[in-house]
Amino acid sequence: MGSLIKKLTRSQLTIPLFALFLLVVYNLIRDPEFFSIAIATNNDGNTVLTGNLISILNGASAVAILSIGMTLITSSCKGQDISVAAVAAIAGSVFVSVLRSNEITIPVLLLAFLFSCVVSVLFSLFNGVLVAIFKIQPMIATLILFSAGRSIAYWINGGATPTVSSPLITSIGGFIPGIPIPTPIIIMVVFLILITLVLRLTNLGLYTQVVGINEGTAHLNGISPVWIKLTAFIISGVCVATAGCITVCRIGLINHETLLLDAEMDVILSVAIGGNALSGGKFNIYGSVIGAYIIQALTVTLYAMKVPSAAVKAYKAIVIIVIVVFSSPVVKDFVIRMYKKLFKKQPEDEVQAKAA
Amino acid sequence: MKATKILALILATVLALGLAACGSAQSSKDKDGVIKVGIVNNPPSESGYRAANVADFEKVFSEANGYKVSTFYSLKNDEQLNAAQQFITDGVDYLLISAAATDGWTNVLENAKKAGIKVFLFDRMMNVDESLFEAAVISNMEAQGKMAVQWLLDQKLPEYNVVHIQGAMGSDAQIGRTKPLDEQFANGTMKCVVQQTATWDEATAKQIVESVINSGEKFNVIYAENDGMAKGAVAALDEAGITHGKNGDVVVIGFDFNKWALREVLAGNWNLDVQCSPFQAQKIHEMIQSLESGGKLSDKIVINEERYFDCNNITQADIDTYGIGD
Repeated sequence: MGSLIKKLTRSQLTIPLFALFLLVVYNLIRDPEFFSIAIATNNDGNTVLTGNLISILNGASAVAILSIGMTLITSSCKGQDISVAAVAAIAGSVFVSVLRSNEITIPVLLLAFLFSCVVSVLFSLFNGVLVAIFKIQPMIATLILFSAGRSIAYWINGGATPTVSSPLITSIGGFIPGIPIPTPIIIMVVFLILITLVLRLTNLGLYTQVVGINEGTAHLNGISPVWIKLTAFIISGVCVATAGCITVCRIGLINHETLLLDAEMDVILSVAIGGNALSGGKFNIYGSVIGAYIIQALTVTLYAMKVPSAAVKAYKAIVIIVIVVFSSPVVKDFVIRMYKKLFKKQPEDEVQAKAA
Repeated sequence: MKATKILALILATVLALGLAACGSAQSSKDKDGVIKVGIVNNPPSESGYRAANVADFEKVFSEANGYKVSTFYSLKNDEQLNAAQQFITDGVDYLLISAAATDGWTNVLENAKKAGIKVFLFDRMMNVDESLFEAAVISNMEAQGKMAVQWLLDQKLPEYNVVHIQGAMGSDAQIGRTKPLDEQFANGTMKCVVQQTATWDEATAKQIVESVINSGEKFNVIYAENDGMAKGAVAALDEAGITHGKNGDVVVIGFDFNKWALREVLAGNWNLDVQCSPFQAQKIHEMIQSLESGGKLSDKIVINEERYFDCNNITQADIDTYGIGD
């Protein structure tokens, strides 16, 4: 029992999993059928799964994908990229403009995605060069694209909100005929598996943490901090393009002003809720992904509770403050001390008695 | 020492001459009958609406129509104020302003009045005394909301269970388009199933509608406060297999008259779209011409005429004429 508690207090996944658990329990008490999954036929004639659980998994996929890249940047650069949502708007705009200038077929779709990936990686590398080579604080460096990104997207779109419609687009943002699970969820899972493979099969994960913990040591051991940081930004660039394209496909429309609006804050929050130190170093990708699902579960819960529009952000803030405070080291230490006082008094007394 | 003094003298003379040259150039243009107009607006990058608005002013206030136009774009009030002051110093005949914020304009408009410059406000009102401007051509967001609600009532549906998706809370468009519907909720003619803000975001609108569908509550109207959010809402309906639009189970209403949105109405996927007209230039042009020919303006506040199209009365020609964007 004691070792289990010790293990739990040490694992950074404890708090996010516990928060997720509380949200689930709360919803089940509020409405026992909250997480029930139903089978429906959509307007394209496909059999699909629906329900709040699907909504949460589906709705969180873009932020979850973004949080993977953000975790790597946070770990290696000791700071956050606040331009991800704005760059996603650029990537989405590129995606749409390629699609609109061609007839939409599978090769064109892949080409458009590839193109938007290249563009978003280039923009992300711009951030990366400022951070890794010019040693500018990440938040300051990425502030440039945070403010300029959506204007660049505007310029690509020619000021309008262009639409794209095709069954192929619907099958990426919605459902592939014959598969009842929303495609964004599948993309998210595939993405997570790929990243896991990369981190397991290469030393990237280890090197990233080393650079984040002590750059000097990393350098002395032959790891180039510059390249590790740039790699993090490149991976984040791919994440950003994927998230942007998924979001465009959901609606079939690019609105540079509102695409993934305020998502950068949700992404950073996911990383923090996931138990990752925003000051860099050790990281856990899965923590960040769980963080993204917690935020989405919270949003869906608030919608289901019919919280008034003006109050939604305040409710969200309260829950997040609680989660973040509970995962702070101060509170963790307090909990451990309380536990020791309550359950380990006896052995200590025995020890003292023996000594006497 | 002597050399610098001479140099300074020469410079001063050149400057003075230059100024005089400028002055004479200005007065000569006035005699040509060209009307000098300074336009202070928000940048076209703000939205599709603004892009159409800017293009409209560029079209109407052209050299061919006898105008010499200087334009300044900014989303920031203080920059707009500086630019307006600069236009006053430059000596324009008319100043046309779409203010970024409603406050802080009194001083500048008083300066304009002292200089004999006539001021028109367009698109957005400001908190100033009515005597400081000739006329304001604005959209009435509440009238747009009323138009939609009245149309909805005219459909004589057996019951009204409305999912109301709001824009960013506190914005002009949100307040205006929410009020008429709130009145219906208050007097019981319509039932509010959900009222939630999607902050103009399409994907958020989709999630809100998803959550309503998941809750199993009945609804037969979606009132989205702009086109994008209506599109997001319809995406959620499509995924859940709920029919919408003409002959569908759910009535879909959007605002803003984007061309793609009007095409949805024409195709019968949506029921109604209400205009938010970015075209104020023609009206101001007419008023300026009337002032120039010695006429007087009757109204201080001119409400820009707006219309709606539903899936039964829209034509392709309407889309080409009134739609914005592409």
